[in-house]
Amino acid sequence: MKISYYPGCTLKLKAKNLELAALASLQEMGIDVEEMDRWNCCGAVYSLTDDDLIHHVGPVRNLVRAKERGADKLVTLCSMCYNTLARANQLMKTDTVKRDTINRFMDDEIDYLGEVEVIHFLTLLEEQVGWDKIREMVKKPLTGLKVAPYYGCTLQRPADVGIEPMGNFTLMTNLLEAIGATVVPFNAADKCCGSYQVLNTAAGDNEAAANVINSAATAGVEALATSCPLCEYNLGKQQDLFLEKGKITAGVPTFYFTQLLAMALGVNPEVCHFEMNDAKAVQLLEAKNLQAAV
Amino acid sequence: MCETAKQPEIKVATGDRAILPEGAKTIPVYVMGKKYEVPETLTIMKAMEFAGFKFLRGAGCRGGICGACPTVYRMAGDYKLHFGLACQTVVQPNMYLAQIPFFPANRASYNIEEMNAAAEAIHALYPEIFRCVACNLCTKACPMEVKVMDYIAALKQGQVEKAARISFDCIQCGLCASRCMGEIPQYHVAQLARRIFGKYIQPRFEHLVSRVKEIESGKYDPMLDDLTKMDQEELKKRYVEREREPDLSTLGEWKPKETQYL
Repeated sequence: MKISYYPGCTLKLKAKNLELAALASLQEMGIDVEEMDRWNCCGAVYSLTDDDLIHHVGPVRNLVRAKERGADKLVTLCSMCYNTLARANQLMKTDTVKRDTINRFMDDEIDYLGEVEVIHFLTLLEEQVGWDKIREMVKKPLTGLKVAPYYGCTLQRPADVGIEPMGNFTLMTNLLEAIGATVVPFNAADKCCGSYQVLNTAAGDNEAAANVINSAATAGVEALATSCPLCEYNLGKQQDLFLEKGKITAGVPTFYFTQLLAMALGVNPEVCHFEMNDAKAVQLLEAKNLQAAV
Repeated sequence: MCETAKQPEIKVATGDRAILPEGAKTIPVYVMGKKYEVPETLTIMKAMEFAGFKFLRGAGCRGGICGACPTVYRMAGDYKLHFGLACQTVVQPNMYLAQIPFFPANRASYNIEEMNAAAEAIHALYPEIFRCVACNLCTKACPMEVKVMDYIAALKQGQVEKAARISFDCIQCGLCASRCMGEIPQYHVAQLARRIFGKYIQPRFEHLVSRVKEIESGKYDPMLDDLTKMDQEELKKRYVEREREPDLSTLGEWKPKETQYL
């Protein structure tokens, strides 16, 4: 079983913390995944125009890379990358006509017929490690931290690529419980954070994000766990503005689930780069006495 | 009666007529759609000159490194496009070719002195790199086999060193930009990446800096004076007797017997 790892562009720059925490966690758990030596941007958004095949070439090329490297599975961290790659994979598996056209266009590559499975990091954890084993490996459980899994849009939609059925948040819930946190469910776990609407919206005006935060605060959530740099930006980085504008009643710091995992496994907190999160995230960790933060 | 051997008729090139070498076989090539018969051993550049073209632009080093002569060609009956340098590519029968000596690719204005090691500067100067759809037409067009798509991908990810190394062989011919769906000026972007890498990321050669200081301080002046005053015999003697680090000696282990000059 060979697993290739696809980081995606954002994890090398703005979301370094998501990646470094994940890789450090994998190392602690003795799991080996290899970052592909050649990969390109997946496009981040799966093109919805039926005939717009050129916008599928980007993600498909990464699937080709995984196949070239003999991988059975391609694992991703970023929710957007997961969604784009998984849906492109579905296209190549099910639409033989478009698959043929795309393969013929990419005459510089081997043909790709959907041989590689695209999985999300949470699925990797469940399949390759298991929640019980993770529980055993925890050195500093996040006792007393009330966390809510925030899935956003792209982990579960559409149904044929969702990491689990809509309305179910068991993967991240199991992980958070395994690392000792208290999971608090809330209504907006799969409501949109505003996604790229933020580009057209004045700073601090993102209603969708404000609603998610309010819903979490009302439910007594102390921290949100996410898997997506865009969600982290929309939810995490705008909170001061939201408070200023009275859009939210209280802030709810946002973490990447891998940062929480890494902390619990006893990884050096510097690796988690909490300074890249919202400042309140660091304050919360200190307040809860959970590992000396940055 | 003497018979004088008939002198072979000597042909002279007169500018509007090329000389065909004795026994040369010619093949048809189509330059901008017009057919010319050219010797089959010539490069595209020479073949065009044979046909009477004179290069004012589109020729440079003639050695495959200056990037002045990018050429697109196609073989009759086939839709596939091929790309190469006119000075390096030998003609083939029924080649349909055209040249792109210059492509109007966007070149951002910047002051390298006022930059730093951040990839964000490249993103700001060339935001069009985010239009890349990984079609790979750029890589396919590159006459130097540079993985153009890969270095654009690396720059999107902020990996300046990786992009600098991948793009090293680029000769700035512009074929990549001419094919790009996203209208990216790949070779300009790569040049910026290499400049930032060389100036702000790559480690400095400190030993070179200290050696230059030593020279400027006059440390080697007495030795040079001695040498200039020596007669040839003494110079020869010194040269033959010079100490030299043996090949394959272990790093840091060998020292000359004469240490006064170290």
